[in-house]
Amino acid sequence: MGSEMRAHPWMANSAPGVIEAMLAEIGASSVAEVFEQIPQDHFRKTPLALPPALTSEVELRRDLVSKLKKNDDCETNLSFLGAGVWQHHVPAIVDEIVGRTEFATNVWGSYQSDHGRNQTWFEFSSQLGALLNLDVVQLPVYSWGCAIGHAMRMSQRITGRSKVLVPALSDPERLSVIRTYCQPVEMESHIEVVLVAADPTSGRLDLNDLKAKLAGDVAAVYFENPAYLGTIETGAADIAKLARGVGAETIVGVDPSSLGVLTAPGDYGADIVTGPVQPLGVHMHCGGGAGGWIASRDDERYVRAYNGFLVSVVETQEPGQLGFGLACPHQNSYGMRENGNDWTGNSTYLWAIAGAVYMSLLGPEGFRELGNLIVSRARYAAKLLGEVPGVRIVWPETTFKEFVVNFDGTGRSVAEINDALRARGIFGGKDLSDEDHSLGQSALYCVTEIHTAADIRRLADTMKEVLA
Amino acid sequence: MTRLPEFHAAKWDEPVVMEMGRPGGRGQHFPAPEEEVTAAVGADLIPSAMARKDLPELPEITEFEAQRHYLHLSQMTLGMMGISLFGTCTMKYNSKTAEFATLRPELSAVHPYQHPDTLQGVLEILHDFDGILRSLSGMDQFIFQAGGGADAAYTMVCLARAYWQDKGMLGQRTEMVTSMQSHPCNPATAAAAGFKVVNLPLEENGYPSLEALKAAVSEKTALIMLNNPDDMGIYNPEIKEWVKAAKEVGALCFYDHANFNGVMGKLSARELGFDACMFMLHKTFGAPKAGGGPAVGAFGCSDALTPYLPTPVVVKSGDTYTLDEDRPKSAGKIREYWGNVPQVVKAYAWARAMGAEGIQLASDISVVANNYMDKRLSEIPGLAISNPDVKARRMEMTRWSLEPITEETGVGTVDFANRLADYGIDPWWMSHEPWIVAEPFTPEAGELWSKEDIDTWIDVIAKICDEARSDPDMVKSAPHNQAIAQVKGDAFEDPSLWAMTWRAWKRKHAGKVAERGAA
Repeated sequence: MGSEMRAHPWMANSAPGVIEAMLAEIGASSVAEVFEQIPQDHFRKTPLALPPALTSEVELRRDLVSKLKKNDDCETNLSFLGAGVWQHHVPAIVDEIVGRTEFATNVWGSYQSDHGRNQTWFEFSSQLGALLNLDVVQLPVYSWGCAIGHAMRMSQRITGRSKVLVPALSDPERLSVIRTYCQPVEMESHIEVVLVAADPTSGRLDLNDLKAKLAGDVAAVYFENPAYLGTIETGAADIAKLARGVGAETIVGVDPSSLGVLTAPGDYGADIVTGPVQPLGVHMHCGGGAGGWIASRDDERYVRAYNGFLVSVVETQEPGQLGFGLACPHQNSYGMRENGNDWTGNSTYLWAIAGAVYMSLLGPEGFRELGNLIVSRARYAAKLLGEVPGVRIVWPETTFKEFVVNFDGTGRSVAEINDALRARGIFGGKDLSDEDHSLGQSALYCVTEIHTAADIRRLADTMKEVLA
Repeated sequence: MTRLPEFHAAKWDEPVVMEMGRPGGRGQHFPAPEEEVTAAVGADLIPSAMARKDLPELPEITEFEAQRHYLHLSQMTLGMMGISLFGTCTMKYNSKTAEFATLRPELSAVHPYQHPDTLQGVLEILHDFDGILRSLSGMDQFIFQAGGGADAAYTMVCLARAYWQDKGMLGQRTEMVTSMQSHPCNPATAAAAGFKVVNLPLEENGYPSLEALKAAVSEKTALIMLNNPDDMGIYNPEIKEWVKAAKEVGALCFYDHANFNGVMGKLSARELGFDACMFMLHKTFGAPKAGGGPAVGAFGCSDALTPYLPTPVVVKSGDTYTLDEDRPKSAGKIREYWGNVPQVVKAYAWARAMGAEGIQLASDISVVANNYMDKRLSEIPGLAISNPDVKARRMEMTRWSLEPITEETGVGTVDFANRLADYGIDPWWMSHEPWIVAEPFTPEAGELWSKEDIDTWIDVIAKICDEARSDPDMVKSAPHNQAIAQVKGDAFEDPSLWAMTWRAWKRKHAGKVAERGAA
């Protein structure tokens, strides 16, 4: 079978004679014989129709690169897209470490043989815990939306209640995931998702509406800080206090790039905290940099409600030596199948390694400088755009790195404006006009540490030109 | 017996990063905001109620110290750099050609909300790879949103909810039926989606009986979820009858193709009657699993189910690729965006590098090599194959048991796993819960490892069997050549001891922290 083919570079046993030698050893006369368990009428009848093989690296590379080059990227263009995937600086050391084959490999390993990876995972949780001022951080799940979904299901397990309050001004992408996790109404373990209105003057949660909806049947209140539309939630401690008053959990979503300048959620009463891992040294990867972590206080009620992998530091048999392994492994689906907490599986653990390296490089002062730089440049961008005729910043001076820009006064649609910007090498903000937030022709702009003052001026000047 | 490798892992006695550094040390600077920026917006921009007062307790180290620390930690990670016949996970070579291609800004600096006109290259790759998976499975459409095999199982149960809701029967179709040895993600995701799980027990031949399935399925069954072959290496020859029986009561049939490696190019899920299936791209299709993701569970289904798929779906109209978000009956998103796109590109690269002939050959090799391994393992006294009454040759992996040698020496599968690492061999996969076979281990040769690698691996097993008989305490206290000694596992279930962060460790073990500081 392999004889007409050159030995494949990825298959040692495709070299001439090896299959035959193994067949001889096991006393089989043909390859077909080793498939004797499969009934003849199960074998496929339709022949495979695959594109031609590219077994040479030179051809494979050409195919991949020539296809990828048909993309336009955010390095060649100037991008102001955010909304869950943000363009941040990724230190070179992070790329070096996540590219290490020992880390990128397929194998799961053991506490001793893969000690270095397990320590790195623990260091991710430890450093994130220091940013959050919380003692428990789980390894990241698939995405921020998935982390929120699991956190809501945790709150259902903890309180025995089945209703969550969520900001009306939520990201539709994350909200769709949350609704999936909370199940349709037909299911017995359905969690009702109730939207809480925003204060139209600030974009923040409307505390009167929150009070009206908070009652003894609420498992959790969820809000983000900064929120989907960029606003900083100054009433965070009040919200947590109100929630506690009715025995509900406070679940917060935070962007870790803000934590050098924004109060740690552990300090304003958050019970469970979620957030994206992508700002911690992960490239945008066309959305493939997503990952979401979950954290809480070190209270057994919470720890026993987690769905995934909690890495704990422990002592080893050698005095003074530390090792790392999984705490509470029996409560997840590997330990208890359908009786475990939700489910777990392969997730985004390589991004925990990226995050560990990233946080160790930034340190406390790095995070402070980063947060200060982002908020300054984002406010500058808002200010310059707000000076363009017909353009209005919806909630000025209340935002961190993202802000809503309204174009109703220009008579132009966001789609038209973004087309014109794109023709000039600029990716405008995410179009919000078809989202259910009654914001008219608005876009969500994102500015980070990678945008210089000159980039921001270029945006504002180009906007003027486009709208002229 | 060939000469066994002499091995010792790197041992750097590396501190926890939280213990490193010096006050004021820096690993990364950011510039101050430009003067024009500060002049325009001022300072102290964070509302005082939310302005952080404390400095987070992070390490203060140099860029080199961060690099050295994490390089040391990578060196203290065996990570398949010896030999790993880790069953159920299908160890493969992960192409650096593909890895490097995905790190180019044309993909790594791409945002999923860019206008589709600017995404034509990546959409073309996704579309072409969808076509490859369609050919391998017979399904009509694939999506890549699921972040792993378990998430693809979750996609299936969410799709089943949407399907039955659309028919107005979700209140009635409340059950998911599976085998008790299916991967835990199948029952767990079904339960998390709100379904009641029915687990079928195994018969002597290794799989549940057709009669048991027929008794279990009814007008309450929303779907069945099956893998085949299973982790014992046993193929259920009645699978077509299973699908038929499930369909007779209207249930949807999902093929968990986790164990695809032995049947690649040989079976078509659709021809066997399944409505949907999933492939693990981080496993079978050569993308790196990275110790646990980012991964991809590629989910494919028949046209009857495509209206319920999570959005977006990549479609081609004319010469243009677009993202279809307009699916009114969609089950909703199971994860944000379109999936772990770089992993999909790597899987595409794997499929292109292998080609149809290479894929067929890989499944041939993986099954032949496993049978070769079974033959050699059967010659080692003290080991027992699972389901000994099944005389037919196993598929691409086989569940084995150490029960005879454990009874003889007291040395069990965890001890063997630890000792393997002393020879530079990754600890083996034992078994998912529940352990149906005592002291289990599950090797899988795959197409990567050479016959010489497999021989070395088996020689090491034989050697550890000898050691178990001559010096059981040495094996039970292994590893001895690793970066650290055995961890004390009692803390993992003890709230007063476990510590998931350095903050928690310092709080619970203040005395030990002081000792380490003095050391």
